[in-house]
Amino acid sequence: MSEAIDVDPIESKIWITLTINGSKNSYFVEQRLTLADFLRKEVGLVGTHLGCEHGSCGACTIIMDDKAVRSCLLLAVQADGASLETVEGLARDGAMTPLQEAFRAHHALQCGYCTSGILLSLVARLREGPIETEAEARESLSGNICRCTGYTGMVSALLSLSNSKSGDEEKQ
Amino acid sequence: MTRTSDIGVMDKTRNVGVAMTRREDERLLTGGGRFLDDLPFGDFYEAAILRSNYAHARILAVNTDAARSLNGVIAIFTANELGPIMKDLPPKVVHPKLNYQVRLPIAMEYVRYIGEPIAVVVAENRYIAEDALELIEVDYEPLGSVGSTAEALKEGAPHVHVGSETNVAVHIIQQAGDPETALKTAPHVISETFEVTRGGGHSIEGRAVAARFDEVTRQLIVWDNTQAPHYVRQMLATIYEVGEDEIRLIAPADIGGGFGPKAQFYGEEVLIPWIAKEIKHAVKWIEDRWENFVSATMERSQTHRVEVGFDEEGHLLVLKDVFEHDQGAYCVGLQVPTITMSTLPGPYVIPNIHSELIACYTNIVPTSSLRGAGRPQAVVAMERMMDRIAEHLGIEPSEVRRRNLIQPDQFPYAVGLTFRDGSPLTYDSGNYPELLDGVLSRIDLKEFRGEQEAARKSGKFLGLGLAMFVEGTGIGPYEGARVRLTNTGRVLVSLAASPQGQGYETVYAQVAADALGCDIGLVEVRHGDTSFIPYGQGTFASRITATVGPAVWEAGGELRSDILSVAASLLKTDVGGLDLRGDAVEVFGSPEKRVTLAEIASIANVGRHGMSVPRDLPVALERTSYFKPTQAVYSSGISATIVSVDVETGKIEIIRSILGHDCGNVLNPLLVEGQILGGHAHGIGNAIYEEAKYSRDGQPLAVSYLDYALPTAMEVPTPELFHVISPSPLNPLGVKGSGEGGTIPLPASVANAVEDALRPFGARICELPLTPQRVLAAIYGLPKLEP
Repeated sequence: MSEAIDVDPIESKIWITLTINGSKNSYFVEQRLTLADFLRKEVGLVGTHLGCEHGSCGACTIIMDDKAVRSCLLLAVQADGASLETVEGLARDGAMTPLQEAFRAHHALQCGYCTSGILLSLVARLREGPIETEAEARESLSGNICRCTGYTGMVSALLSLSNSKSGDEEKQ
Repeated sequence: MTRTSDIGVMDKTRNVGVAMTRREDERLLTGGGRFLDDLPFGDFYEAAILRSNYAHARILAVNTDAARSLNGVIAIFTANELGPIMKDLPPKVVHPKLNYQVRLPIAMEYVRYIGEPIAVVVAENRYIAEDALELIEVDYEPLGSVGSTAEALKEGAPHVHVGSETNVAVHIIQQAGDPETALKTAPHVISETFEVTRGGGHSIEGRAVAARFDEVTRQLIVWDNTQAPHYVRQMLATIYEVGEDEIRLIAPADIGGGFGPKAQFYGEEVLIPWIAKEIKHAVKWIEDRWENFVSATMERSQTHRVEVGFDEEGHLLVLKDVFEHDQGAYCVGLQVPTITMSTLPGPYVIPNIHSELIACYTNIVPTSSLRGAGRPQAVVAMERMMDRIAEHLGIEPSEVRRRNLIQPDQFPYAVGLTFRDGSPLTYDSGNYPELLDGVLSRIDLKEFRGEQEAARKSGKFLGLGLAMFVEGTGIGPYEGARVRLTNTGRVLVSLAASPQGQGYETVYAQVAADALGCDIGLVEVRHGDTSFIPYGQGTFASRITATVGPAVWEAGGELRSDILSVAASLLKTDVGGLDLRGDAVEVFGSPEKRVTLAEIASIANVGRHGMSVPRDLPVALERTSYFKPTQAVYSSGISATIVSVDVETGKIEIIRSILGHDCGNVLNPLLVEGQILGGHAHGIGNAIYEEAKYSRDGQPLAVSYLDYALPTAMEVPTPELFHVISPSPLNPLGVKGSGEGGTIPLPASVANAVEDALRPFGARICELPLTPQRVLAAIYGLPKLEP
């Protein structure tokens, strides 16, 4: 096992360039650094949370090149050249999006730890088309685990969104 | 917005009872949460913990040489380097008969469960710390181990604690009436054995501790995502042998779920701060998911042997329950099984009760309270038997329940047993028939039985299950709140207890604003820091609403009196002629005669340096109240589920789930509903999906979310909720706890529904959770599954 750690983490660092929430930057990162740890520790975007680190709970979900991905299952170096969106990039100029507002109105979060990943999963899903039925709402939430809410508030939030015009802004 | 009726104590409650959305939400929705690992700790070192690979072994040697020489490793600690803190972590609830075994912060000579800490590596970052774990060599001498209470109680079973003569941790009997005679004379006696399996809390954020010794103030500052900051502070002060003020314990503003396991006290909480002080550098430890599976406390595993005696009409005459409780490798506390013992009788009049606990040590991570805390198991034992009585006598299960319910005019109702808080099990208030009626008004029984019959003919199996419960909440010894008028003319409410998503910042602003009679916009709530208020107990046992609520109410009311006294003095009028409006106190009818709260604070709090004030002018406008309940207050509820069971696959579909709940007056309906909904999902998990499986010798077989099925939005239906409001006479707000009521009845209710669906097969549902394998085994009479 000692071979594995003969690799000097410093020597193994490489440069990556990527766009995060619209701003493009270069970073010198260890090859083994996960994308989630990169965002949290190197970029300081701590709104992305880690719940299981094996791709099951969905708390770390972000959007990479328009697709929802588990940032715990990717390495930072795999995001070289990519465009990332995280929870910090949703609200603009201090105004929450209709999806965020609907979450608040429908008590769709309690501890809020899993919420970032759920929002990003839903933003990606809403770009593919509206969520109009309870079955669609549940399907769209099925990749994320929430231990606090029982999901009812989230389902209501999503359905309220499809019933109001403001939902269109989420679909862009 | 809706407003509940019958708040009682308040003639005008502008905020309490209103379904206000939460103040916490915006930061959480925008990535601005302040969870422990999100805090800007800067150059904190990171710790990783080497944990036992054996369920039971003697540690012959631990070689850390190779790990120490790894670049970036700062220090490694084993029991050898931690002598001064190798002290007992005492259990929360004990009993004189407890076969007490010491639990140390880190293993010394023996490991007794897979996951028990053996060494702590501190490194520049977690990646290096984990590399170092791979380089530590432990020489184990494996010993025999037991992975269940059944194994632990077998003749000749290996002992979890070498030198102890038995694996029994405690054997306690509680009785009311004369159960032995009643069992002999009852016209009907039936019996059954029920097993409930282990399950976990699974807060999506794991446990976490960070610490820094401040050389300037000589204070150890500990950040800990605990549910009970003051409890941890007191434990640390005792173990470190320092004054309580030498430790400042901070539970971060945001904690990613608690559910019980974060209310316990763990070795890691002792190790990390001590190590930070030893190495003179800040350190943090963040539990990962595997660690959470093998080292955070769990619950639920119990085996109940129940006998009930009843008459021809189904009136309960006697209940006897003997149950095994899996304590795990150490006793973190006896709260769970003692709660089980006293939850058993539920809402029923039972003249003769025998409740007998055999708690066992096993080679598994210790158990402790987890949302429901011993109650779901008790409700399985009781409510499954209520259905069996109905079956035996050929009457509707709801009717058997109705005939046995305690009536609204029987309160306070003394059951004859003792509750977990040490006080007699005496229900303060309730209306159990109304709960049952609430369900029956939503389900037409005749119509359902018709549908069920018709469906069976077409090979579809529907079932209806009910379960009722009574839940002790709001226990002592006390909880505190400090309310202060600040220099800016705002009201600052400081709470000792830390929330994990319950919305304290919102709901206690509602209570404080009404107690003060001020604009809620002036009130700010903060919590979870031992420097805010000296004493506290913490968030557990659905206790905060009924303890902090009254504390905020009382302290707020006293602060209002002080504020009005100062204003009266300044405005040269009587207190009776004053009113608090917006940010000022005004004379009734003469709004131009006013003094702002900031001016009041300036005169009474800031003062003029060295100058005297009038004798009757209150100064330092801060009030602290510690509300001390005399006993638990008892919430209650009912669950009804209608299921469809696929007899080919064993899959259970919940068609309807109805939950009736009574937690007295409701401070914020939105938040109470949220608690019930979340609890309901947890209950569905325990009923059908969640199973922390272990091999016979204690190997955990489910240590990721690929093996342990947490319910997603696809598995949890939206329940139909209704409320019954029976205010508690034991606190000034008339409130009771609501954090666990959604979970407690679900396992029993779903099991009753499944057995009802499968009645044509004569299937006996005796083990939970109801995985497809268990359902199929029950239908087709297959032998019990062994791990």
